[in-house]
Amino acid sequence: MSTAVTPAPVAAPDTAFSRKNLLATLSAGYVPLVLATLVVVLPLLWMVLNSFKQPSEIVTTQLQFLPQAPTLDNYQAAMTTVPFGRFFANSLIVTAVGSTVKVVLAILTAYALVFVDFPFKNVVFVLILVALMVPAQVSILPNYILIAGMGGKNTLWGIILPGLGTAFGTFLLRQHFLTLPKSILEAAELDGAGHWRRLWRVVAPVSLPSIATVALVTVVSEWNDYIWPLIITDKPESMTLPVGLTLLQNTESNGAGWGILMAGSVLVILPILVVFAMLQRYIVAGLTQGSVTG
Amino acid sequence: MTHTDISRRTAPPVTEPPRASVTAPERRSARRGWSPRRRRDFLIFLAFAAPNLLLIAVFTYLPLLNNIYYSTLDWTLGSPDAAVVGLGNYVTFFTSDDAPRVLGTTAVFMLFTVGGSMALGLLVALALNTKARGTTFARAAVFAPYVLSGVGVGLVWLFIFDPGYGVLSWIFRSFGAKSPEWINDPQLALVMVIVVYVWKNLGYCAVVFLAGLQSLPTEVMEAASLDGANGVRRFLSISLPLLSPTTFFLLITTMLSSLQAFDLIRIMTPLGNGTSTLIYEAYLQAFGAYNRAGYSAAISVVLFAILLVVTVLQLRFVEKKVHYA
Repeated sequence: MSTAVTPAPVAAPDTAFSRKNLLATLSAGYVPLVLATLVVVLPLLWMVLNSFKQPSEIVTTQLQFLPQAPTLDNYQAAMTTVPFGRFFANSLIVTAVGSTVKVVLAILTAYALVFVDFPFKNVVFVLILVALMVPAQVSILPNYILIAGMGGKNTLWGIILPGLGTAFGTFLLRQHFLTLPKSILEAAELDGAGHWRRLWRVVAPVSLPSIATVALVTVVSEWNDYIWPLIITDKPESMTLPVGLTLLQNTESNGAGWGILMAGSVLVILPILVVFAMLQRYIVAGLTQGSVTG
Repeated sequence: MTHTDISRRTAPPVTEPPRASVTAPERRSARRGWSPRRRRDFLIFLAFAAPNLLLIAVFTYLPLLNNIYYSTLDWTLGSPDAAVVGLGNYVTFFTSDDAPRVLGTTAVFMLFTVGGSMALGLLVALALNTKARGTTFARAAVFAPYVLSGVGVGLVWLFIFDPGYGVLSWIFRSFGAKSPEWINDPQLALVMVIVVYVWKNLGYCAVVFLAGLQSLPTEVMEAASLDGANGVRRFLSISLPLLSPTTFFLLITTMLSSLQAFDLIRIMTPLGNGTSTLIYEAYLQAFGAYNRAGYSAAISVVLFAILLVVTVLQLRFVEKKVHYA
């Protein structure tokens, strides 16, 4: 809420750089901004700092802000008390395979919904919309029984499979495909290109930003996914990072373990934080879809 | 935006490439009202959409039905035997201490997480809605917790709340007070989880509110400001009413996600002592110590019914105002 956009003719005008004006700008502009940013950044900074501290610097009544002698011991301990390397690899596989399949399925379904003629298309779309509103959380028990019955307990495919159907990606890409001008497809149609070629040569290339949005949001949610991998795995070999971190929490429940747990948290949080820092525009757009009034 | 013009389009017969002769299958399908082109498109539609639709059917729709079925059973998870008890599990839930405890916790959790993240989100959005340098960074920073792993975030805050070695305990000590037992006291545990949930989610509300604020017509604000309305007055009598579609959208979406909150509760209070919301109770009953699959399914159905009501509310009141298509 900038107060200086339109100078009110009635009020005595302040000069642009008067002390009163500067003070107002600072208090109205920067102080709340800095405050809000600090509230978010400080806990994460605290996590990073403590992951480099020695137990003696954490188990103390005197608050030590910076690690006195930065050490990687906590990371080493996290890697050796539980198979963290394995968790990391599992998370990478689950995220890579799950996201790739989901994005491809979303592109195919959205294309079919928009560009292929089919009498019951709107019914199919409504079914997808409804699925969008059914949270995975209410399905955990039936899916557990189903997947465990198929022998999928403690397997990576058991973790990946139930989440592969994608209502969110389909919905988001459909909305984007609808905005594409028909002319670009008609040209390709006249050239004799079939649907497959039209999709990958025309529609997908011009939709890359939307596909990137879906891909990034999917990667984030696959990486962070917790409730399902937690239920379907109970052996360390098949656990993903968030589940592995829970295992670490159970073994390091004393005060000295906090450094190790912070190191583990860094390993879970940092990859997504880096991806987010680089590509936040897409991620924010994807996650706040549907919110813009109009 | 016209959102159904392409999808409702029927096969344009004009662009059909000329055919040399009418083949036998074409005549057959024509009798059924399906031209070869339609039939081909139907097959293409299936080839493109069927894998996804099948997965959604098996892992999203089927579980809803199975949940209802399981909820009628007295069944220990892993046991081959189950007895049909009809509505017994529901009767048990609603007549025991479980219903007031779990529904009460769910309501308190939802009220404070929704209220907290929306109120603070709006404040942060107002702070972000300036032309000051650094707003882009601040906006990203504030949104970041929303995309981070709930498990990681939960552990970081568990450390901050730790009564022995956490930052908060140090602050309490520096005032000569003793740190509360955040985890062992059921009420304080709920407060703790709510605080962290709000921290993680307020950035989402802030960014959505900010988009709403920036879409407000500037002319109205300028006119009001010429009329001598100050910032607070302009906000209360112009921005806030104009923001109501955004506010309602956020109210619904944050209610839905609050009802589904699991990660933070699981990592910060594994036993659910004071923090057992519907979703967490359903988890504990089936996968905690009890293995009561039927009872857990019944709680899941109750949760789903509540989610359904909220969703229907959304569809009835927001569809016109919220930009979906």
